[in-house]
Amino acid sequence: MSTEQSIQTYRDGARITDVDALVVDGLSVYYETEGGTVKACDGVTFTLKQGERFALVGESGSGKTTLAMALMRLTRPPGHIAKGSVTLHGRDITSLDDKEMRQARLAEIALVPQGAMNSLNPIMRIGKQIIDGVIDHLKDDEPTPTKDELDEMVHDLLTRVGLRPGVARLWPHELSGGMKQRVAMAIGISLRPKLIIADEPTSALDVVVQRQIMQTLGRLQEGLDASIMLVGHDMGLVAQFADTIGVMYAGKLVEVGPVEEVFSNPKHPYTKLLIGSLPSLQEKREFLGIPGLPPLLVDLPLGCAFADRCPSRFDKCETAIPEKLNIGGRRDVACHLYEDEVQS
Amino acid sequence: MTENTQAVEKQSAITLASIARIFLGIFGHFIVKRFLFFIFVVWLASTVIFIIPRLSGQDPVKEKLLLEAQRGGAMQTGLDAMAKTYQKKFGLDQPMSTQYFNFMKDLARLDLGVSIAFYPRTVNDIVFESLAWTLGLMGTVTILAFILGTLAGAVLGWPRRPGWVQYVFMPLLTLAAIPQYLLAMILIFVFAFQLGWLPLFGGYSVATVPVFTFEFIVDVLQHAILPAFAILFSVVGFWAIGMRGMMINTQGEDYMIQADAKGLKGSRIFMRYALRNALLPQVTGLALVLGTIVTGQVLVERVFSYPGIGDILFQAIRLSDFFVIRGIVIVIIFGIAGATFLLDILYPLLDPRIKVRSS
Repeated sequence: MSTEQSIQTYRDGARITDVDALVVDGLSVYYETEGGTVKACDGVTFTLKQGERFALVGESGSGKTTLAMALMRLTRPPGHIAKGSVTLHGRDITSLDDKEMRQARLAEIALVPQGAMNSLNPIMRIGKQIIDGVIDHLKDDEPTPTKDELDEMVHDLLTRVGLRPGVARLWPHELSGGMKQRVAMAIGISLRPKLIIADEPTSALDVVVQRQIMQTLGRLQEGLDASIMLVGHDMGLVAQFADTIGVMYAGKLVEVGPVEEVFSNPKHPYTKLLIGSLPSLQEKREFLGIPGLPPLLVDLPLGCAFADRCPSRFDKCETAIPEKLNIGGRRDVACHLYEDEVQS
Repeated sequence: MTENTQAVEKQSAITLASIARIFLGIFGHFIVKRFLFFIFVVWLASTVIFIIPRLSGQDPVKEKLLLEAQRGGAMQTGLDAMAKTYQKKFGLDQPMSTQYFNFMKDLARLDLGVSIAFYPRTVNDIVFESLAWTLGLMGTVTILAFILGTLAGAVLGWPRRPGWVQYVFMPLLTLAAIPQYLLAMILIFVFAFQLGWLPLFGGYSVATVPVFTFEFIVDVLQHAILPAFAILFSVVGFWAIGMRGMMINTQGEDYMIQADAKGLKGSRIFMRYALRNALLPQVTGLALVLGTIVTGQVLVERVFSYPGIGDILFQAIRLSDFFVIRGIVIVIIFGIAGATFLLDILYPLLDPRIKVRSS
């Protein structure tokens, strides 16, 4: 199965524009603990275009979810945004006051969580959980919608995510994992946000449901003309769904690029090993892992965080942290190997 | 002939089946099932308390007579004969099985018998009079403490609370560590003895006549203030600590993060997401505590000489009045089993995950 072919099946109406939807610049999220500062996310920089599907991948603990949460300013103490800015459609959301930030959530930047888990309030009917976000985002001079208007809105949202309207009267425990995930999407799109952050929307679902969910998510995104940031560690899913991929390792974004290019020609040694570890249907071979463990985020090495596990390391890797380098087009990589290439 | 019999058999089989179906339909119903369980618990517990005092080998009539004899210093001679007469009167000379059936028969009519110590008053009379005092005081205080403690705990367990809250509520929680009787004695010493603002003891002034007049109600309320606060202060902390813990647990739930991500108003997240979910175990606790309030607060009632059921229980134990003790225990059983029964019926309304399933 070629990667390109499956991308086309998902991406019929791709409309990536040249408008910057989200500009993340040097974003750092630190957790102050007794053992020291945990740099869960350190100097992350990337740009997301309007209509683009950006996938953030990395192993557990690499800072994907921390980054996603920080984009919505949902970082909880002892974590805090230490440095950097997040600009959403020209507005720096790190400088908004709490009330403005609350209004921006769901209306401009929405989270589609792992709905299959318990992201729904267990003691509130589905319909109520869809409309309470809508009601809390009414402007001061806006009249409260009537019950009929709200019912119609819920009806419409549920239909759009592929559920029957009757689901509105059910309790979360009466739904299957896939249905809960659809409800989570209905909530996410209820105010037509311009950016959807989908945090592992298909984990804990079987592959058939995964495919349906991703198709629905893609369709919704295109309908809204929104951008999407998909957080996950399922490389196959990412390859099929995303336009652009960002690879995280130990809190840093080590490589960013168009998904086809990164998969066919990975640059960073970590990305190479990561893609090399994917099992293939064509040939039977040993599972390839990456030897070693990621470093502790509280005690990062002086140089590159991947140096210890890197097959191509050299002296400089032990002493200097690699900076983000543009190696042509939309491809960025943070690795000392490419410094000469860029300079020449 | 055979055909006829078969037809009759068939007919009766149908009727039997339909009767069985109706029977199962009713008995399969959740509430009926719960109620039958309630009756079973009451029966089992009553049987246990019928047997246990008889294992002690003590004779309540002899105890009482001996006590009277020691007090009076006379009537030593006819003691055995007297004991026999009284045993006959209380039915204690009957065989055990007859006594048990009589007890069950009386219990079915909610007749708890006659007191030995306060003869000839009936146990029903004694228990229900003191129960009114206890329920009035304890019922009010328990519900008040539940509301105050739960709210205090909810606010304390809320990360976005105003800073001053913990300086007001935290000292309140430490009161939970002080034994109620000690708090009762401190309150008596300060407010009744030193300051003289409130009465020292009793449920109402000795001089007043217990009739429903405005003065009498004021008098009763004045007498209730100190015992109420002695219990309230210690119990509020209990509810607050439990609720605070539940609120903190709730903060870690995925739906709380999602509530924030939905940009909901803080007040809605607090009430509808955090508090509402954290409340569920509290309600279980409240039902169990409401069941036990009929036991009264033996120590607090004793310290204040409050005419509640706890004080009566204390006196009955001291005088080995088995019938009153048994009566009070039965009331406690009814209280706890009744509260559990109510909880079983009400809980599905609070938590949709608990389904009333009719088989």
